[in-house]
Amino acid sequence: MNDMTLMDNTVDTQNIKIAAKDVNVFYGDTHAIKDVNVEIEDNTVTAFIGPSGCGKSTFLRCLNRMNDTIGTCKVTGDILLDGEDIYDKRVDPVQLRAKVGMVFQKPNPFPKSIYDNVAYGPRIHGLARNKAELDEIVEKSLRRGAIWDEVKDRLDAPGTGLSGGQQQRLCIARAVATEPEVLLMDEPCSALDPIATAQVEELIDELRASYSVVIVTHSMQQAARVSQKTAFFHLGNLVEFGPTGQIFTNPEDPRTESYITGRIG
Amino acid sequence: MPTFWLVVLLLALSAAGFYLGRSRALRTAGGDARDLHSLPSYYGYHVALAAFVPAIAVLAVWLLAQPLIIENRVSNLIPAEAVPENTTIGLVMSDVRRVAEGLDLAVEQGLLTRREARDAAGGQDLRALMGEVGVALGSDVRPEVLSAAQSYRNLSHTGKTAMTVVVALLALGGFVWAYGRTHKDFRARNVVERGVLALLILAASLAALTTVGIVLSMLFETKNFFGLHSWTDFFFGSTWAPNFRGGSDLSILPLLWGTLYISFIALLVAVPVGLFAAIYLSEYASGTVRSFAKPLLEILAGIPTIVYGLFALLTVGPALANLFAKGGLLGVEWMAGATSVLTAGLVMGVMLIPFVSSLSDDIINAVPQALRDGSLGLGATKSETVRQVVMPAALPGIVGAVLLAASRAIGETMIVVMGAGAIAKFSANPLESMTTITTRIVSQLTGDTDFASPETLVAFALGLTLFVLTLGLNVLALYIVRKYREQYE
Repeated sequence: MNDMTLMDNTVDTQNIKIAAKDVNVFYGDTHAIKDVNVEIEDNTVTAFIGPSGCGKSTFLRCLNRMNDTIGTCKVTGDILLDGEDIYDKRVDPVQLRAKVGMVFQKPNPFPKSIYDNVAYGPRIHGLARNKAELDEIVEKSLRRGAIWDEVKDRLDAPGTGLSGGQQQRLCIARAVATEPEVLLMDEPCSALDPIATAQVEELIDELRASYSVVIVTHSMQQAARVSQKTAFFHLGNLVEFGPTGQIFTNPEDPRTESYITGRIG
Repeated sequence: MPTFWLVVLLLALSAAGFYLGRSRALRTAGGDARDLHSLPSYYGYHVALAAFVPAIAVLAVWLLAQPLIIENRVSNLIPAEAVPENTTIGLVMSDVRRVAEGLDLAVEQGLLTRREARDAAGGQDLRALMGEVGVALGSDVRPEVLSAAQSYRNLSHTGKTAMTVVVALLALGGFVWAYGRTHKDFRARNVVERGVLALLILAASLAALTTVGIVLSMLFETKNFFGLHSWTDFFFGSTWAPNFRGGSDLSILPLLWGTLYISFIALLVAVPVGLFAAIYLSEYASGTVRSFAKPLLEILAGIPTIVYGLFALLTVGPALANLFAKGGLLGVEWMAGATSVLTAGLVMGVMLIPFVSSLSDDIINAVPQALRDGSLGLGATKSETVRQVVMPAALPGIVGAVLLAASRAIGETMIVVMGAGAIAKFSANPLESMTTITTRIVSQLTGDTDFASPETLVAFALGLTLFVLTLGLNVLALYIVRKYREQYE
């Protein structure tokens, strides 16, 4: 593994992409997220770290309203995407999810061909007018997913037949095919081996050029390697949020320090 | 000694063995159960099993084998001329058995002494005596029958005594042997474990052997049938016209057509409704709805098919007749009576709905949530997700479910007996009466029929064909379902 190269990570832009204000999440009686305020910038990789059960995945799933699919989940507060409240009644969560793409913990390619996996989103949203355009979108997405060279000769092969790392990059390609503005990644490397992890991490860094990326990770090294901003969650609270270098070298909160030095978690 | 008391004795002996074995084991350990290899009760079970199992096994085999052997030996005693014309040795033997039984009863009730029974002569008074003890005979007892009955009695008596002795000795021997082996280092627990294994294997092989037995019996009768009737007519003929005076046309094809047509209509009803119900229940319904709707659907599966048959006969049939028959609401005359392919098919479809829905529900639930999340996360709606991701992933399993439902439909009897009619013919009109293989089996075998005629034996050929058909469907369905299971493990 590389050494932490924190100091190289610089913050390029300061455009706020997503702003969360006083967000609370309840699962039934459980108060999972408590008064979280966070501002996620464009063209930046933001990492959410924290011990298991601290609410980082829950908060991530609030950002594209995936929690709506869980009946008992209730979200209060405001989450603004480009200044618009995504929990407003006028917002269609289905459309929102096309704009805020998501990559999951376990690679989950559909039991279809590689081509159909990537073409799934564009077809649903009618992004291509004809076959040629669709081909173009698929190729572009697979190139962005850094997997084009490996699969270009077997686009008709089933996506489930790829290796774990390839599957995850296919899922990333599938997510970028709908032209999202934000990419949410929920522990995208936790089911991958170190080599596949390195490939995906490299890809995440490249994706920063076009998207705002939010990644939940258990690996502090990974957060340090890929992110420019880091948020530390603990027991449903956002304890500390700041530039990655600062969080890892000079944390303000004693809990953050305890976590990154391995004393809690 | 009657068998009942023998079994009671065995049980008592093994119960005693349990307590004795346990206490002996404890004694060898000096009263401290911790020094024993196994828990004390295992030593008890060991002795009880050793006393009971071999003895009861021999008893069971003996009870099955003795009548066969005696029957064989006694029937050799009956001279060929003693068998009257147009009867068989079997009928004479049943007379022999009844006379023997009557003599036993007479002795039991004190009407005859043992000696009198042994020396009894045939004639009028014996028949009257038999009548008195409740054994009705068709004619006076002929001397050959009487002597055969006497030797039958003797043989059974000897056999029974021998059986009692052998079983009792075996039980005692097992008891003593196991009791002698009981010692604190003896691994009674492992022995009991093997006993449990043997019991489980026995249960499993009984089920498998029954299947084999059923198939074999059908095979033999089918062979008899094909000895009396040409197989080309059966498989390739075009008419079904059984005639108990002989010279029938017995072709399976019209029946097969009716069976498949009715099953097809049933699946046409059951598959869409059942599948959509399953999709609703597994993908859309809230927990509360699900907890009400699922048991309701399962109640539908618990309704006896005869009740569905009544429903077909009394409700659906007349309702269809109201629409399509002469003087009906539509003013057409397409239907002659209440029974029709459509009546039976619709009702059978309703019967199959819970079958399809509960199987499909399981299969849809087995599709990993990650796939749904992936699709929803790309901005697909629920129905798009179901249509494009969940269904393709679940399809092999659903095909399997449909095939299983089809094999039930093909084998279903009561609904078609009551709803489909009895006319065997080829017709594409679903409003006509037709008949199925199962219905014909029922009608060929019920009633007063000669068991050696092709008209009766055809039932076995029909049954075997049906069995092969449904077996094939089941195997195919299981193969598909299993192949699908492998995908997600």
